[in-house]
Amino acid sequence: MPGVEGFMYPNEVELQWSVLIVLYPFLTGLVAGAFILASLERVFRVQEVKPTYRLALLTALAFLLVAPLPLQLHLGHPERSLEMYLTPHRTSAMAMFGFVYLWYLMAVLILEIWLDYRRDIVLMAQSRSGWRRWVYRAMSLGSSNISERSLQIDERVGWLITVIGIPSAFLLHGYVGFIFGSIKANPWWSSPMMPVVFLFSAMVSGIALVLLLYMLTAWMRRQTIDMRCVDTVARYLFYAFILDFSLEMLDLVHRIYESDESFRSLDFMVHTRLYLSHIVVQIMFGTIAPIALLALTQVLNLSETIRKRLYTVAGGLTLMGIFAMRWNVVIGGQLFSKSFLGYTTYKMGLVAREGLLTAIVLTVLPFGLLWVLVKLLPPWQESQGQRVPDEVMASQA
Amino acid sequence: MNITRRHLLLLLPAAALAWEHVLAGTPEAAPNYQMSQHWWGMLIDIPKCIGCGNCVRACQAENDVPDGYFRTWVERYHVADWGLENPDVDSPDGGKHGFPPAREAGGKNFFVPKLCNHCADSPCTQVCPVGATFISPDGVVLIDKKYCLGCRYCVQACPYGCRFINPKTETAEKCTLCYHRITKGLTTACCENCPTGARQLADLKNPSDPIHEFLKTHTVQVLKPHMATYAKVYYNGLDGSVR
Repeated sequence: MPGVEGFMYPNEVELQWSVLIVLYPFLTGLVAGAFILASLERVFRVQEVKPTYRLALLTALAFLLVAPLPLQLHLGHPERSLEMYLTPHRTSAMAMFGFVYLWYLMAVLILEIWLDYRRDIVLMAQSRSGWRRWVYRAMSLGSSNISERSLQIDERVGWLITVIGIPSAFLLHGYVGFIFGSIKANPWWSSPMMPVVFLFSAMVSGIALVLLLYMLTAWMRRQTIDMRCVDTVARYLFYAFILDFSLEMLDLVHRIYESDESFRSLDFMVHTRLYLSHIVVQIMFGTIAPIALLALTQVLNLSETIRKRLYTVAGGLTLMGIFAMRWNVVIGGQLFSKSFLGYTTYKMGLVAREGLLTAIVLTVLPFGLLWVLVKLLPPWQESQGQRVPDEVMASQA
Repeated sequence: MNITRRHLLLLLPAAALAWEHVLAGTPEAAPNYQMSQHWWGMLIDIPKCIGCGNCVRACQAENDVPDGYFRTWVERYHVADWGLENPDVDSPDGGKHGFPPAREAGGKNFFVPKLCNHCADSPCTQVCPVGATFISPDGVVLIDKKYCLGCRYCVQACPYGCRFINPKTETAEKCTLCYHRITKGLTTACCENCPTGARQLADLKNPSDPIHEFLKTHTVQVLKPHMATYAKVYYNGLDGSVR
């Protein structure tokens, strides 16, 4: 049989979960990571990262809104998906995830953004004209009280929501890991480490994304980059990455040392079909390289320009590495037979419902949404940076 | 009882909503069948299987199984004298058309028919997000096709590779133990067409079923017992190399 090596159970030859299911934990992870970064400022009072606070929240929202789309496109009967909410099966990790998602979207993220922006929304509803005025009036939900006392209450409630939001963000992405980690039939997935590894990798990817977006938007707006801010964000990225890598290595060492019945099969897979995506892309270029680059910025006294460039490269490699990690979990977990006697191949279509083009559109879509959100709810505080003269911009470019 | 126009207007939408549920709950016509009186499983007698593929063909014809997918299939194992952990296994087209001559001489060859194990503690049932897959009171794991989302989580959760997504219906599918037949007092299509009696439907709640005598007098095993799924397909003469 083409693409098959050794023996697969006959129903296993075709992969069940495609690149869209790779995207789903990737997008959800970016949400959780971005929110956790935002909470650094709000709850833990890390003032240095304040310039990224609102941008991180909007990023989390944009990606969270897109996160269910790959799932919907993947379902055989998307028209029945509402049944997960109406008649959920309580023993199913997937069914309960629906509620975790809704809780996080409605009770945490939207509420926190609304409270944080309420003053701005009310002011814009008063100052704008035409259809924009109506949009902001609708967003204000009929509340136009922006007295000192009212804003203080907003601040307190917002803080409380962030406090609730941190475990919720942990739950959101830990749960994604649990969906895979609880499948005892699949030794590549079945591990109590899975939710923890997913969580830390989520933090890493979310922080890297916000770091890149902050630098990109500052450059596009011709504002100076607050180096205190990016240095601090990069430091947190470095710490989170070390934890994430340690946990992944612990899982790997445990598997190698324990060498259970599945080990030979999985080991062979990692050294053959998954070699490029796992060893090269995920571990070497996606983990060790960015950690090394971030370490350089911690130990050497580098100039601003070099630091910015290193952060950009490290952030990009990080996102690539975390995407590869999701790929290796989801696709890698289906390449071997549950008989441990054979391997199959994943063939991704180009223009298909679950093909490459769809995956690209779904990856770009959150950035489009973020653009709309940023236009609607500008996250910038102009005092944060100074405008860069045109000639300096030209020289930097 | 006097029904006013107001009452009628209130009752009609409620009745319309209820009617669908009335129809949905209507059992198939099997008047003498009582689910609580049965607990179904199957016995596979490996030394009797000749790998003819009759069971696979019968299943496909009975259940309209699409080509390339299998509710049941037959595997051929070749185990060298020193290779218990590395058996050579093949199942060309699920064994539907039998098997070509063995590739290697020496060692031992035998056939292993596979199907859904109708686990009493089935992982597929556990993970289904809407409960479209369920265990009937008579111990058969079934799928409600009108309810299945096609999320494929159950396919991932089955340790035995017994499930697939039917490309026509886009829903999960697997062996139903020919539920439409056994509730009418018939045996499954695969058992009926097995020329050697290697497959036997077993009713574990029926004290006069020969399965009880067989289980007392033979050494039987289930597939992947470490998965603790409480599988109800019992194999006689199961070799340690079988996965």
